[in-house]
Amino acid sequence: MVTLTLEHLSAHYGRRQILSEITTPTFAGGQIVSLLGPNAAGKSTLFRRILGLLKGGGEVRIEGATSERPVAYMPQETGSTAVLTVYESVLLARMQGRSLKVQPEDLREVDRALEDLGIETLSKRDIGDLSGGQRQLVSAAQALVQAPEILLLDEPTSALDLHRQISLLSILRRLAREREMLVIASLHDIGHALRFTDQAMVLENGQLVACGTTEQVVTPTLLRHVFQVDARIEPCSMGRPQLIVEAAV
Amino acid sequence: MSTETALSTAAPKEGGFYRALVIKRQLILAALTLALALSLCFDLALGPARYGLGQVITALLTPDVVSEPVRVILWEIRMPVALMALVVGASLSIAGAQMQTILSNPLASPFTLGISAGASFGAALALAFGVSLVPTAVDYIIPINAFVMAMLTAGAIHLLSMRRGVTIETIVLLGIAMVFIFNSLMALIQFFASQQAVSAVVFWTMGSLTKATWSKLWIALGVLAVILPLLARHGWALTAMRMGDAKAESLGVNPRALRLEVLVLVSLLAAISVAFVGTIGFIGLVGPHIARMLLGEDQRFFLPGSALCGALILSVGSVLSKIILPGTIIPIGIITSLVGIPFFLFLVLRHKKASW
Repeated sequence: MVTLTLEHLSAHYGRRQILSEITTPTFAGGQIVSLLGPNAAGKSTLFRRILGLLKGGGEVRIEGATSERPVAYMPQETGSTAVLTVYESVLLARMQGRSLKVQPEDLREVDRALEDLGIETLSKRDIGDLSGGQRQLVSAAQALVQAPEILLLDEPTSALDLHRQISLLSILRRLAREREMLVIASLHDIGHALRFTDQAMVLENGQLVACGTTEQVVTPTLLRHVFQVDARIEPCSMGRPQLIVEAAV
Repeated sequence: MSTETALSTAAPKEGGFYRALVIKRQLILAALTLALALSLCFDLALGPARYGLGQVITALLTPDVVSEPVRVILWEIRMPVALMALVVGASLSIAGAQMQTILSNPLASPFTLGISAGASFGAALALAFGVSLVPTAVDYIIPINAFVMAMLTAGAIHLLSMRRGVTIETIVLLGIAMVFIFNSLMALIQFFASQQAVSAVVFWTMGSLTKATWSKLWIALGVLAVILPLLARHGWALTAMRMGDAKAESLGVNPRALRLEVLVLVSLLAAISVAFVGTIGFIGLVGPHIARMLLGEDQRFFLPGSALCGALILSVGSVLSKIILPGTIIPIGIITSLVGIPFFLFLVLRHKKASW
């Protein structure tokens, strides 16, 4: 099973330090981890650093991976004017670094990624015609089609309606369990993090201020200090922890 | 009720749809190739001495059977010109297609980046003042000057775009700045040059296929034959570039390195073309747009499609340049702009789906 450990990770843009000394326990496949933090805390930078797109100190240790490219990354959705169908855009994500000839297996993987997310009906649509939420799901399919062992998702639910937010996070949690895949998703909705993620990392000003099981990490004190909200966490009628925000501090 | 529901209603597997799409695109490419072959035959048939299509095909397939004058006219005089139309059309269109791709800009073409303007300036130096930028044979001073200036322009853009913080928008702006600089320099040359030299410069800038010879054709074809596979091997990465740098990067593409490599390759293609036939506008802009409308932007189809569309436009332009005013060959650059642009606008306005 794949594991990921971050050790003394740092990153900088020019002279500006964005991340410093990020050290985490080992995250194992089969889990879903939320990456939390206010705007500009360094969440996207951490993903880029894990992926090797940014240089910096420290080490990203991936062990037990069976494929050559175990990590797939879904960046924040920016839209595209490319004249491609949804199917082609997912296929091209699958085919990077491969030969120009598409094999039946590649088509099966595309079909599977679209089915996993329930967006097969979008296959023939041009990506330029999609809504923001649909584009976000296609972007998730582009990451899934790479059959990753570690899946990094940068705000995967930011453009989705409530139904699709819940569906996507449920699907990701199921896929993490079934495929022993480690999913790390940055989320702004801490209620979703409490409900769907096993562990949480909290970044503030480029530093890791908390890391552990989500229920342990997300506390009223942390919410007040890092997110500047007064909030309570109470069990709902089904016994699950529920976030109740009182006010911004 | 389970929280996990399909994000939209289920549908049958779509691999079939994709396979049908691929077959449709292969048929479009085949149709373009056929149209190109036809256009080539018409181009060969037309001229001061007119031949029937049957005669042309016979002369092409069995040159020994036809009379010596027919063979000489078709093979020695018309063939290099007709084939040059195909090679230059394909080269300019590929250059435009990849510039549009790597710069994510629908207006990018060898003209937008100042490569054609640089070439014109180099040619004008030779035509007006006999200046040779590098020592060369007299016959090749003009194309070599044009080529050197085109590559210097591309090199300047290349160097500037390697600077930290330069975005793709900045690269396009640099190109437009180059166009204005060279236009001013051209005006300066024309101000100081003799009347006769000004006429020569103006004629050169109109673009004409009649400058083609077998040796020039082999050079242009050789460059195209080398660069085409180099671009094709980046097919998936270039397609990903159209999804934006962040997405391409997330898929393992290095957008910056790829952009610079492709910029050098297509600058070479454009520079060779412009050096040999002068500035033929429009192809580098429109060829890719027509290919995009027909075939989408999967580079496995878009790249050959752009080449075929560019070649077809210039070949048809060559045919039209001979028949619009019988007895006169109108410079091809004028034809492609005058006839091609209204046709292109018609296509764009008629096309229901967004093509950029």
